[in-house]
Amino acid sequence: MTGHNYLTRHRYLTGTSRYLLLTVGAVVMILPFLYMLSTSFKGQQYVLTTPPQWIPHPATASNYTDALRSDHFALYFLNSVIVAIATTVLSLLLSSMMAYAFARFEFPGRELLFRILLLGLMIPAMMLIIPQFVLAKYLGLLNSLDGLVIFYVAASLSLNTFLLRGFFEAIPVELEQAMEIDGAGSVRRYWRLILPLARPALATATIFTFLASWDEYPWALTIISIPSRQTLPLGIALFQGQNSTLWGLVFAASVVAVVPVIVVFLVFQRYFVQGLTAGAVKG
Amino acid sequence: MLTSTDRPRNDAASAVTGVRPASSGRTRRRRSATPYLFLAPGFALFLALIIYPMVRAFQMSFYDWNIVAGASSKFIGWANYVQAYHDPIFWRSLINSGVYMAMTVPPQIILGLLVATGLRAKAPGRALYRVLFYLPVVTSWVVVSLLFRYLFADVGLVNYVLHGLNLTNGSTSWLGGRWTAMVAVSALGVWKGVGWSMVIFLAALQGVPRELEEAAAVDGAGRWRRFTTVTLHSIWPSVVFVTVMLVIGGFNVFTSVLLMTGGGPADQTQVLLTYMYKQAFSYLDFGYGSAIAVLLTLLVFVLSVIQLRIFRQPRIAGTAS
Repeated sequence: MTGHNYLTRHRYLTGTSRYLLLTVGAVVMILPFLYMLSTSFKGQQYVLTTPPQWIPHPATASNYTDALRSDHFALYFLNSVIVAIATTVLSLLLSSMMAYAFARFEFPGRELLFRILLLGLMIPAMMLIIPQFVLAKYLGLLNSLDGLVIFYVAASLSLNTFLLRGFFEAIPVELEQAMEIDGAGSVRRYWRLILPLARPALATATIFTFLASWDEYPWALTIISIPSRQTLPLGIALFQGQNSTLWGLVFAASVVAVVPVIVVFLVFQRYFVQGLTAGAVKG
Repeated sequence: MLTSTDRPRNDAASAVTGVRPASSGRTRRRRSATPYLFLAPGFALFLALIIYPMVRAFQMSFYDWNIVAGASSKFIGWANYVQAYHDPIFWRSLINSGVYMAMTVPPQIILGLLVATGLRAKAPGRALYRVLFYLPVVTSWVVVSLLFRYLFADVGLVNYVLHGLNLTNGSTSWLGGRWTAMVAVSALGVWKGVGWSMVIFLAALQGVPRELEEAAAVDGAGRWRRFTTVTLHSIWPSVVFVTVMLVIGGFNVFTSVLLMTGGGPADQTQVLLTYMYKQAFSYLDFGYGSAIAVLLTLLVFVLSVIQLRIFRQPRIAGTAS
């Protein structure tokens, strides 16, 4: 890196205008969230006023207490937590096993099987929703959290296996050979060596899988019709009435659903970037 | 490879470490079931819940599908596709999907590039800006769709702001008409997606050698010319990747339309997937719904192939000179 040259001087001169533009953009990005937060503290008569209230006045926490006290909200939250955790654990287990096989073994059909698996990255999820519904009905999985979990796991396998395989391949093979000489079988090598060393990749896969199942809406909408099995996205969409939507309530529930996501995102930011850019930059 | 063993594979790993593993007596192990055992549970699930339904979608599109248990479904050949051909709402959905794609893809690429170039240099506040632009990406579609429906309400914030800026009289019924609703839905798509393309471009820009740009600057190339000839050229594979992914994503728009307009008023704002969903799960016409899904898949596939062909040669501005 050279210190003073044409580019840095140029950048210095245009620094202010660049910040200005970026700031305008950032405000546009964040403003809807702040307005949502504000509305979640407004009474129903203040949610759609002209001029709009930027700061809720009078501010009330009643939307939050109403949402939390409503029949099923706690249950929605619990269902979402159960589904997201079960999906993540199962998906990581199954996809890391597949990734290990693809990364460390030669066997007939290896390339073919991997390509079939990659098909899962190319098929839009919505294209499968009709036959998947028929299948779930046949298997008796309608209105069950199991039906959510196993289809979410299946949908996540391609990306996770792809991601983990790349990482596993980069783990020096000598480490495994040393273990092998000491008499460790493949299961032990996978569990004791590969998985612990692949922690960053597993973290990336965990975040993506967890968030995808936490946020998923179309499949849940399709197979869940009884309140006791609904997840947060379904519950929030339900707060939106047909004619008069209780916006304060909708956004209080939304804030409760979004805050964990934002916290997870802020804490694990770098894993997001790693996962997103895996495979993308090399083109 | 003729012999398969269950010893660790070497090629990729040795390429990384640069060390060729010493050959040992263990290389010549007999064909083993081990890799298949590791694959079996995950792959079986994948075949049953992804590949089988995929095949099934094609098959169902040729049937007058009967959802009632035990009742038989009738093979009707291409009838579902003929129905689509004669269905004005199908064509309208197709056009709306195309419009959504056209209104969301270019802004996401241009704004994503702009923000990424702006955030490229190490400067104070860079991390914060990156987080702010990325926040909408991680937020659930349900939440942001409801949020935008609220912002675009008749007495909502958007109308108020536009009126305040003297751009409109502030009484636009955004979600009440086809094109204004498409604008609102597209605004959400761009707002939610910019952060994604930004992250991809930022990562790609890390790989552009500064020296190249400096050399171009020394040669007297202006900012724009430097950007097109050096920067854009270097990150071209990422631009192609983002474009292809965004076009696919554009045709897969579903939740935002469903929750912002429900395809209404009177099916004016249906996109392919909301219309497919309505045919399948409101009218229980699974065969017709499947036909729409198959058509969408083929369309997306063909578009991806065409794009990859067009983009194969990087476009370099000013090559003639």
